[in-house]
Amino acid sequence: MYQWDFGILWSYRWLFLNGLGVTVGFTVVIVVCGLVFGLFGAFGSLSRFKAVRLAALAFIEAFRCTPILVQLIWFYYALPILAGVEMTPITASALALSLYGGSFYSEIIRGGIVSIDKGQSEAGAALGMTPGQSMRRIVLPQAIKRMIPALMNQSIIQFKNTSLVSVLAVPDLVYQSQVAAHDSYRPLETYTAVAVAYAAILIPLTILVRRGEKRMAISE
Amino acid sequence: MSDTAKIEVKSLRKSFGSNEVLKSISLDVAKGGVVALIGPSGSGKSTLLRCINLLVVPDGGSVRVGDTRFEFGTGARLPDVRALARFRTTTGMVFQHFNLFPHMTTLQNVMEGPVTVRRMPKADAERLARAQLAKVGLAEKADQYPATLSGGQKQRVAIARALAMEPDVMLFDEATSALDPELVGEVLNVIQQLAAEGMTMVIVTHEIAFAREVADRIVFMRDGVVVEEGPARQVIDSPREAATQAFLSHFHRTGALPPAPVTS
Repeated sequence: MYQWDFGILWSYRWLFLNGLGVTVGFTVVIVVCGLVFGLFGAFGSLSRFKAVRLAALAFIEAFRCTPILVQLIWFYYALPILAGVEMTPITASALALSLYGGSFYSEIIRGGIVSIDKGQSEAGAALGMTPGQSMRRIVLPQAIKRMIPALMNQSIIQFKNTSLVSVLAVPDLVYQSQVAAHDSYRPLETYTAVAVAYAAILIPLTILVRRGEKRMAISE
Repeated sequence: MSDTAKIEVKSLRKSFGSNEVLKSISLDVAKGGVVALIGPSGSGKSTLLRCINLLVVPDGGSVRVGDTRFEFGTGARLPDVRALARFRTTTGMVFQHFNLFPHMTTLQNVMEGPVTVRRMPKADAERLARAQLAKVGLAEKADQYPATLSGGQKQRVAIARALAMEPDVMLFDEATSALDPELVGEVLNVIQQLAAEGMTMVIVTHEIAFAREVADRIVFMRDGVVVEEGPARQVIDSPREAATQAFLSHFHRTGALPPAPVTS
């Protein structure tokens, strides 16, 4: 019978806290950058110009249809060989995760925009708005409401995907807990604690978003 | 007549794929005139209306509203988005399905054009918007969202929204077709009031009795061509063309407007 001993983790608390800080900071960076890539991807795929549409589509499918683990390894190990681009593990993994997330955000944002009835942008145009004005004032405010649940969901996945950066030795929570597990010979306790830490951050966030959704539904 | 016309459409052509929807249509609307476009579905009347404010870009011919004129067809350069936007500020449009902005209150809907397009200060735009809402009898609904209004009220807000741009002409695209029968009258009353004030209007409608009362000219279209055109009562009461006669035989052509007090 296995004897659980969570008390031993206390001596690694600073290691965990450190890793948690890296994980959260990393998530903020890749969510923000991912949204920027996502905006480019979405508007690119809705462009009037075929070349722009094709480029956006190529970006989206390249990152959406390949495993993130392979992308991480590829960005760090293959780019220096192929393109002579050297990156630190942190830059390589931030870039790979942002682009990976961006490909999914692109589809969410594009889907939100095209889900708005065409009559809305026509009404804007009939008032004399430019396409940009009707996008900003009429379409996006409505589309964003519809995108938020899916964007949030994708961001949760992104938060958990940061655990993969440990393969490039980026010292996130999972990497630090590997260190702790090897040191303490207590991998079960260590990884259980990691799971609890992830859930402890995500569950309050999901509750917050659900409340926000309800509040916004009132003005529909 | 052509020199003084407010709206002048010449040899307009439009195809969607292989389907030729408008086959060289010409139409003049005098300043202060009200023209009703009638005809069976698929006759091209909505497309013609949408060509007047260039929501649909024609393949050939020309469109003039006021002093602004656009040419289409081979060799003609398509107007850029800014020129189009500026042009559309002078033409108000009301849609079959209202197309109100659901994320804005009634007042914000009406203020949106003046604030975003005309760059009017908020306070002035609000005064203007409240006046337009009062005009369509909905002053007390200013702070409600469109979802809480009836179809007739929504359409009156949409009219107020278009009027807030202080347009030279108004275009109505089957403005009462999506309404419950008992709500049609309140919208027609507002349109009739606009006609009485001398607004230049083009109205696509299936309300034949209304067209007879309010329009001074009627254009009957079928299969992308104008079959018959003339003074409203003459076209409705004694149509010359067999196609017009056949179409009109489906309608009660006379009778008063449905009673509807323009209050709430």
